[in-house]
Amino acid sequence: MGPILEIRNLVKHFKKVKAVNGISFSIPTGICFGLLGPNGAGKTTTIEMIEGITYPTAGEILYKGEPVGSRLTQEAGIQFQSTALMDFLTVDDLLNLFSSLYPKAVSKQKLIEQCRLGEFLNQQAAKLSGGQRQRVLLAIALINDPAIVFLDEPTTGLDPQARQNFWELIRHVKAEGKTIVLTTHYMDEAQQLCDRLVIVDHGKVIAESSPQKLLKMNFDHVFVYLDSEGIDRALLEASDSIVNVEHGDDGDRWVIKTSSVEHTLQSLIDKGVPLNSLQVRTPSLDDLFLKLTGHSLRE
Amino acid sequence: MKLILALFFARNKELFRDRGSLVWAFVTPPLVIALVAVAFSDGKQPVFKVGIYQQPDSQQYSATLPAVLETDYIQRIEYEDFDKAIQRVQHHQLDMLVLPGNPLRYWVNADSQNGVALQDLLHSDPDLHLQKEQVSGRAVRYVDWVLPGFLGMDIMFSGLFGIGYVIVRYRKNGVLKRLKATPVTPLQFLTAQLASRLMIMLFFSVMIYVVADIFLDILMLGSYWALFLVAVMGAIATLSIALLIAARFSSEELANGLLNLLSFPMILLSEVWFPLDDAPSWLHGLSQALPLTHVVGAAREIMIESASLADITQHLLYLLIISIVCLGVSAKLFRWN
Repeated sequence: MGPILEIRNLVKHFKKVKAVNGISFSIPTGICFGLLGPNGAGKTTTIEMIEGITYPTAGEILYKGEPVGSRLTQEAGIQFQSTALMDFLTVDDLLNLFSSLYPKAVSKQKLIEQCRLGEFLNQQAAKLSGGQRQRVLLAIALINDPAIVFLDEPTTGLDPQARQNFWELIRHVKAEGKTIVLTTHYMDEAQQLCDRLVIVDHGKVIAESSPQKLLKMNFDHVFVYLDSEGIDRALLEASDSIVNVEHGDDGDRWVIKTSSVEHTLQSLIDKGVPLNSLQVRTPSLDDLFLKLTGHSLRE
Repeated sequence: MKLILALFFARNKELFRDRGSLVWAFVTPPLVIALVAVAFSDGKQPVFKVGIYQQPDSQQYSATLPAVLETDYIQRIEYEDFDKAIQRVQHHQLDMLVLPGNPLRYWVNADSQNGVALQDLLHSDPDLHLQKEQVSGRAVRYVDWVLPGFLGMDIMFSGLFGIGYVIVRYRKNGVLKRLKATPVTPLQFLTAQLASRLMIMLFFSVMIYVVADIFLDILMLGSYWALFLVAVMGAIATLSIALLIAARFSSEELANGLLNLLSFPMILLSEVWFPLDDAPSWLHGLSQALPLTHVVGAAREIMIESASLADITQHLLYLLIISIVCLGVSAKLFRWN
C-alpha cells in the first residue's frame, strides 16, 4: 500500500518569518506518525497546511496520491491544539451537531464508549475539565469515521493521569487501522505512541525514522549516574569502556557515558567505588534532540 | 440545508441556555419603556411649541411674528414642509402652526389644551389680524412616538452586538477554525447564524410591542404586517452590517469599538428619542444615511401616520440595498481564522 500522505518541499512564509522552510516526508497508511519539535518549530503550521486550514507558500501535499482537496476534508478527523467549544452546548449536543455536518457519521453510542464520555454527556462544554474536553474533541475528530486523524499537541496541559488515559484512547484508535498524525513536544509521548518520527526545528526536518532506530543511529552509549560525594573523577575516568565523565546539572552527581555498562560496572566494583546511588539510563529523544540541535526540546 | 438546520438549532440552544443574557434581554426593554412612560406620562412639556411655516422664498417671518409669540416660554421651530408641520399639530406634537403675514394665519387642534391656550394668547392682542384654521387628530403621546424608535433601537443593538460579537469570539477561541475543518461552507454557517438571531430578534420585538400595548395602549394606525415587515428588513440590515464587521477581526475589543462607533450615532441621530426637526440640514443628511433612521421612520409612519407599504417604499429599499451590499461583501471577506 502506498503512503496515505506525502509532503514535498512544503514552505510557508508569514511576512518576514519563514515558519516552514522546505519540509518533505511521507506517512505510510495505518501508523502513528509523530511530528516532533520544540514550540515554534513549525509543527502546527505544517499540520494546518495539510488540513487545509492555511495555504502553503510553496510545495506539494498529496493525499492517497492526489493533491489535497475536499476528499481529505471528508476523510480526516482533526483535533486542533487549542479549541474552545460552543460554551452552552452539552457534550451530547456537540456530538449531534458535528454528526449532522458530515454525510456519514459514526454512531453516537460508539463514540461515547470509545472516548468514555458517558459520565459528562449532559455537561455543558464550558464546564468540562481539560482532560474531558480533549476527550470530547477526540470524539468529534472521530465522528466522520476518518481514515486519518490529526492530533495537534493533544495532551498539552493535562495532568499525568489524564495524559496516560488519553494515550490509551489513541492506541485504541490506531488499533482500528486509522492513520494517526500526532504533533507533540513531549518526548515520552512520542516514544510511547509513534511508529515513525520526523523531528523539525526552525522549519526544517532534522531527523526522520522510528524512535528506536533514531536512538540507535545516534547513540552507542548509555548513561550511568553516581552521587559525586567522595568519588574522585580520576578514579572513574580510569574505568573500562568510559566515553566521558562530567558533572550533572545539579552538580551533586557524576554523569558517566559508557559504551559497555557491564565492563564499566565490573571495573567500578573492582576499584571499590560505592554503587548505592547507581542509576542506569538509556538515551531518550530528549538527548537526541539536544545532540542534533544543541538545545533541549522543551526550551 | 441539513447542515444549516443543524447549526441553526445548535445556535438557538446556545442562546436560550445563556440565561444571563437572556434575562437581561427580557427585562431591560420593558424597564426602559416603563421609565420613559413614567417620565413623560403627564404630557406636560416645559414650554409651548409653535411651528412657524416658512415658505421657501420668504425671509421675512421674524419681522411680522407677533410679540406675544416671542417669549422665552414658547419654543419656535421653523418648518418648510407644510404637510409635516400640520401632522405635528394633528398629533399634538406642535401646539400651533403659524404662517406669518397679514392676516396671520394659524392652525390649531381644538382637542389640544395647549393649542387653545396659545390661541387665547394670540387673541389677547387686539391689534393682530388673525385667520384661524382648524385641524383635528388624536394626541400622539410621547410614548406612542418613542415606541417605534425603541423597537428599532432594540433591533439594532441585538443585531449588531448579538451576532457580531459571537462570531468574533468564535474566531478568537478557535470554534470557527474547528468548523472550517468540517464540510460546512461560510455561506451555510453565516445563514444559520443570521436565521437564528433573526428569529430571536423578531420574537423579542413582538414581545416588547405586546407588553407595551397591554400596559400603555399604544397608538397603532397602520397594518401589523407592514410593521412586521419593517422589523424583518431592519433586523436583516443590522445583522448584515454586523456580519461585515465580524467578517475578519478576531479581537473582541476592536469589534466592540467599531460596533459602538456605529451604534452611538444611530441612537442620537436616528430620531429614536427625539425628532431632529430643528437640527441643521447637514445633520439631517447624516441621519438619512443611517439605517436605523429608516427602520424607525418606517415604523413610526406606519404606527402614527397610518402609512401603507407604498408610502414607506424608499425606507425599505434603502434597508434592502444595505443588506445586499453588506451581506455580499461580508461573504467575500469572511475568514474562519
